[in-house]
Amino acid sequence: MAEKYIDYETDILIIGAGGAGLRAAIAGFDSGVRVTVVTKSLLGKAHTVMAEGGIAASLGNLDNKDNWEVHFNDTVVEGVYISNWRMAELLAREAPDRVYELEQYGALFDRTPEGKISQRAFGAHTYRRLCHVGDRTGLELIKTLEDQVLHRDIKFFDELYITKLLKKGDRVIGAVGIKLNSGEFYAFRAKAVIVATGGCGKIYKVTSNSWESTGDGLGLAFNAGAELMDMEMIQFHPTGMVYPPGVRGLLVTEGVRGDGGILLNSEGERYMLRYSPKKKELDARDIVARANYAEIMAGRGTPHGGVYLDISHKGADYIKTKLPSMYAQFKDFAGVDITKEKMEVAPTVHYQMGGIKVDPDTTKTNVDGLFAAGEVASGLHGANRLGGNSLADILVFGRRSGLGAAEYTKKATLEEPSKSDIEAEIARVKSYLRDDGRNPYEVIEELSANMSDNVGIIRTETNLQKALIKILELKSSAPKVGVRGDLKYNKGLLACLEIPNMLTAAEAVVRGAMTRKESRGAHARSDYPKKDPNFKKNIIYKKSGDEMKLELRPVPEMPENLKKLVDPEEY
Amino acid sequence: MGKITLSIYRRDPAVEAEGKFVDYEVPTEDGMVVLDAVKYVETNIDPTLSLRWNCKAGKCGSCSAEINYKPSLMCKTRIDTLGDHIRVAPMGAFPLIKDLVTDVSANWGMLKKIPVFTPRQDVPKPWIIAQIDIERSKEFKKCIECFLCQDVCHVVREHSGTGYFGPRHIVKAASADMHPMDTLDRSEFLDANAGLGFCNITKCCTEVCPEDIHITDNAIIPEKERAVNAFYDPIAMIARSRRKKKEAKNNGKQ
Repeated sequence: MAEKYIDYETDILIIGAGGAGLRAAIAGFDSGVRVTVVTKSLLGKAHTVMAEGGIAASLGNLDNKDNWEVHFNDTVVEGVYISNWRMAELLAREAPDRVYELEQYGALFDRTPEGKISQRAFGAHTYRRLCHVGDRTGLELIKTLEDQVLHRDIKFFDELYITKLLKKGDRVIGAVGIKLNSGEFYAFRAKAVIVATGGCGKIYKVTSNSWESTGDGLGLAFNAGAELMDMEMIQFHPTGMVYPPGVRGLLVTEGVRGDGGILLNSEGERYMLRYSPKKKELDARDIVARANYAEIMAGRGTPHGGVYLDISHKGADYIKTKLPSMYAQFKDFAGVDITKEKMEVAPTVHYQMGGIKVDPDTTKTNVDGLFAAGEVASGLHGANRLGGNSLADILVFGRRSGLGAAEYTKKATLEEPSKSDIEAEIARVKSYLRDDGRNPYEVIEELSANMSDNVGIIRTETNLQKALIKILELKSSAPKVGVRGDLKYNKGLLACLEIPNMLTAAEAVVRGAMTRKESRGAHARSDYPKKDPNFKKNIIYKKSGDEMKLELRPVPEMPENLKKLVDPEEY
Repeated sequence: MGKITLSIYRRDPAVEAEGKFVDYEVPTEDGMVVLDAVKYVETNIDPTLSLRWNCKAGKCGSCSAEINYKPSLMCKTRIDTLGDHIRVAPMGAFPLIKDLVTDVSANWGMLKKIPVFTPRQDVPKPWIIAQIDIERSKEFKKCIECFLCQDVCHVVREHSGTGYFGPRHIVKAASADMHPMDTLDRSEFLDANAGLGFCNITKCCTEVCPEDIHITDNAIIPEKERAVNAFYDPIAMIARSRRKKKEAKNNGKQ
């Protein structure tokens, strides 16, 4: 059947309008090519808006010994030596320029007494390094970039969901999507496509992620032949809210600990002195998260199954200035006044370190015409991400992907996609509209409960096996989901379309976790509690027919001049 | 666990001439917010219900609606403050897309028109700025673009012919105007092109702002004052008309 759709032509198509997507758009446009941004939510609402603590950049405004070399070492060491060295180098070297550039775009950072950009302490950063705007850094970042995008001739489509990447031979040449707020289909032709869709936190029940984080870009790229990497590395943030139930998992910024907050168990013990006598509450996220989890498991948790986080000793003025949105969040949602009372917190799924494998300098994937940046890309964070490195990541590599894609488009041609590919995809999307379909939210509920129950902060072979069986079962029944109604603003239909992406992400996390028979960074197994030098490798995921194939690949060797900067790995 | 009745506005303007409120019974739990209840309906009763939400944490400004007639964020309005019958309607100031979702895209067009932040080029970089000098602009930068202030504004809502951009956009302009490194004065633009004069400072926008921005006192009134000083001060007006005459005369001589 002939399907109706709107043709649209551009040079660079960017999927996702978070920090990475918008920064890529600016870089692409300023390189002189046509740029189009599509996002499944409204402009300016992406998950970036929820970032709180700050942007890591070694400006050295408070600690003048800080420089890119120290930042590089911190990133590689806390990534437990499986980070891509070149990405870590680029991040550490370029983050200061990106922060100053953001300031030139209009962002207003908090200041030191001398009027420089202020920097706060964060877990496992050697020096005070996070440039911040109170605890709303993400909001400032995204609104500043949004303003820059709106004042350039960059075309954007919001509430448009890309369902498939179009290929010709081995090259990506465009994408098909549905405009949610009108129900119209679009076929985009582009010389290059940048995937900047963020993470997959929503495959877990308890997460700090917003509804968007369903791993869309992972599914799109994986199905187009792109390699994924290190998907087993899921970061649990040590402090998410636990009560009331409606906000379970919602992030409590690391800034609370950075600004002096301490963790206590139900017996009033400051247990981090026991788990990490030196770095205490400000050790790396994996260590603090596991300590919180262990205390709860040992029966020293709070009434709602968390631990206590206390910053009341800092006084109301300090808290309201430094942590205004945390103050409001607890007051509005939990009825807790954090200037007087303790917060209840527990680990929450926060970030995917893994994702699409990219070239460090250009962010190109192994598929021609396809680029990826931000949380959906992998390599920088290795086995554990430092707080503040994600905002630095989206600025540094967002820009690099815009430049890389622009450079690529100068040699590339626009190709005509196959009409039958487009029509088949539209027919697939429409097939979810039916009366007898299974409720998609049931499937998402089962998947996310399965992940939280079986692929949590501590993993075992038995639970991973259980999780995989469930995922494969959901995968085979996924095509049976469906909703009533029509194409326009049908969130149930959107859920049907997200499910395959969520399942791809979940399967990769579980298969990776089964393959990595050691404990490293965020990946902890009670049956393999030690780090193993044989696993100082990256796990690569490839599509082979309908199967997901895994292979272990050595971490690229660091050049000698960088090796000198890095503390040697210990086993 | 208790129960509440949620009356939700339902309409697809493409097929229905009139909308209606449909009642749904929803079980409650501790600390529940209106968005939890509406999502319960979407997940368990009718997945075709259209609603827009994103972060569910009061940070993104997507889930704006009129709850018991008051423009509010669904994610920040607790059920236990409202009783057991709650009415949820879409924002009335914007064209309806479907059910609780409205078309807010006209706002992007206005934001495009407001002159962009234009920094000084005569100061060394990196900039040295005192904390005290960022505070005024910082208040406006808390804006999450929920557009509740636009929704409640009677000028935007009932007098669209005035061309008034609305509170959000005055706040946006003020955030750039009060940036310590900015070089422009947007009050002229706001006065001439954004209908600033039509705001009659009823302060409804300030009342509904979920970020507690003092929209009227700190953004709109200062911008009005700037515009008045620059363009309506009688002495300045005389001086300006003389200068213009003189310029015309000089130009004539050439």
